[in-house]
This record gives sequence, structure tokens and C-alpha cells, in this order.
Amino acid sequence: MKGLTTMITRRKALAQGARVAGLLAAAGLLPAQAQAAWSKDAFEAKTLADTVKALGGSTPTQSAEVTITGPDIAENGAVVPVGAATALAGVKRLAILVEKNPSALAAVFDIGDGVDANVSTRVKMGQSSNVLAVAMMADGRVLFAQKEIKVTLGGCGG
Amino acid sequence: MADPMRIRAQAAGDKATVRVLMSHEMETGLRKDSAGKVIPAWFIQDVAATHNGKAVLSAQWGPSVSKNPFLQFNIKGAKAGDKVAVTWTDNRGDKRTDEATVS
Repeated sequence: MKGLTTMITRRKALAQGARVAGLLAAAGLLPAQAQAAWSKDAFEAKTLADTVKALGGSTPTQSAEVTITGPDIAENGAVVPVGAATALAGVKRLAILVEKNPSALAAVFDIGDGVDANVSTRVKMGQSSNVLAVAMMADGRVLFAQKEIKVTLGGCGG
Repeated sequence: MADPMRIRAQAAGDKATVRVLMSHEMETGLRKDSAGKVIPAWFIQDVAATHNGKAVLSAQWGPSVSKNPFLQFNIKGAKAGDKVAVTWTDNRGDKRTDEATVS
């Protein structure tokens, strides 16, 4: 019996601890931990400016030195190949955004020293929209490029 | 446990191109099933890649990355025989790591 009671209290304590940590993270009191965790705010943001802000960047400016690759017309919105790249040195993060998706941000890549600032993936698009590549530089600049991709069949329906 | 990833890493010059194909449903949490109930979101949140055990790339993904996600990146200074490992974690806490050798 004794074992059982200790187990329950331990479980309770763990649950409580997790809840407190969650609250702290939500209040922004655990910056280190919050950074390591998935940035919920950024993924819920609707616009480029809000997303970049949630990721801790300044006002984004358009730049010709960032490139976004993708098709002009995507036949299937469920699978649209897109790539983000830049030739500039000192890139900290690359992000891919789809402007008209329910949440704009699709992916953020933390670019280490060991990799080129050139990533490609495939995203879903609900409708024709601008797709943006955002590069967050080590010196605090936030640069982006955009491209319109037309979708003939949406990717978010059934 | 989820299905294995397919990883191909090819050296070209002083870098290696890594292509990864993961096997994952990537539910957005916005779709409804035939009974009109929302299908809960289920997608890969974190992706991390290592080159010979050293972390080189990490990523956070949202639900708008396609089903069975594809990822391509270049590792600087990688040569044939090096090990490349990729790990993903989804929003249910499932994890999978797979490793490939640069050819």
C-alpha cells in the first residue's frame, strides 16, 4: 500500500511540475527552454511581420540576395516543392512561408556552420499564394524574397 | 514506430547533398473526416541532422509541410564514407533516427 501512495504523489508532483513549467514558458520566463521548444507563436502567426517578430527578428526587408525556388504553377497543392537559399554569409535561420495558408509559417531551419544556406522541402498550399523565403542574418537583418505560385488543386481539402 | 526514412547523401566537390524522405502522415488538424469530426493534428515538429555526430542543421516544421516530407540540404566538407544521421520528433512525441553513409 505504501508503494502505491508514494507512486500517486510522485505522479501528482510530476504533473504539477510540468504544468508550472508550461505556465512559465507561456509567460516567457524560461527563455532558454522556450527557444529550444517548438515556437508555437511563430507557427500561429498569420503574416510575415508577425512570424518574424515571433521568431525574434526585426522588420523584414525585401532582398535580391535571397532566392525562393518553386514552380510557377503547382498542379497539386498538397505537394509543392519549394526551396530557400541565399549566397550571403552569416545566415542564422532560413524560413519558408506560404502567405495564404491558415498559418503562414511552414518551416524554419537553423543553419549551422556545417551546412550551406540552401534548403528545399515540399509544402502544402491551400490556394494560389505568395511563397516567401526569409533569411535571418547573424547581424540582425531580416531579408526576404517572394514568388507567386498558382495552385490548380488545393492541398488542404479532403 | 514509424517507417524508416530514406536518406541519400552524395558527395560532390567539397560538399555533400543530402536528400531525406520521411514517412509521416503530417495531419494539419484542420481536415475533417467523413463524420464531420476534426482529425487531430499530427505532424513532425523538429528535425535535426548530424554529420559524423556533430549537429549541423536543425529545423522546426509546421503542419503545412507536405505528407511524407522531403528535405534537401548541403553539408560543407563532407566526403565519402562520412555518416549523416537525421532525427525527427512529432507533436505526439514520437521519434525516429536514421543514418546513412555519404557516397
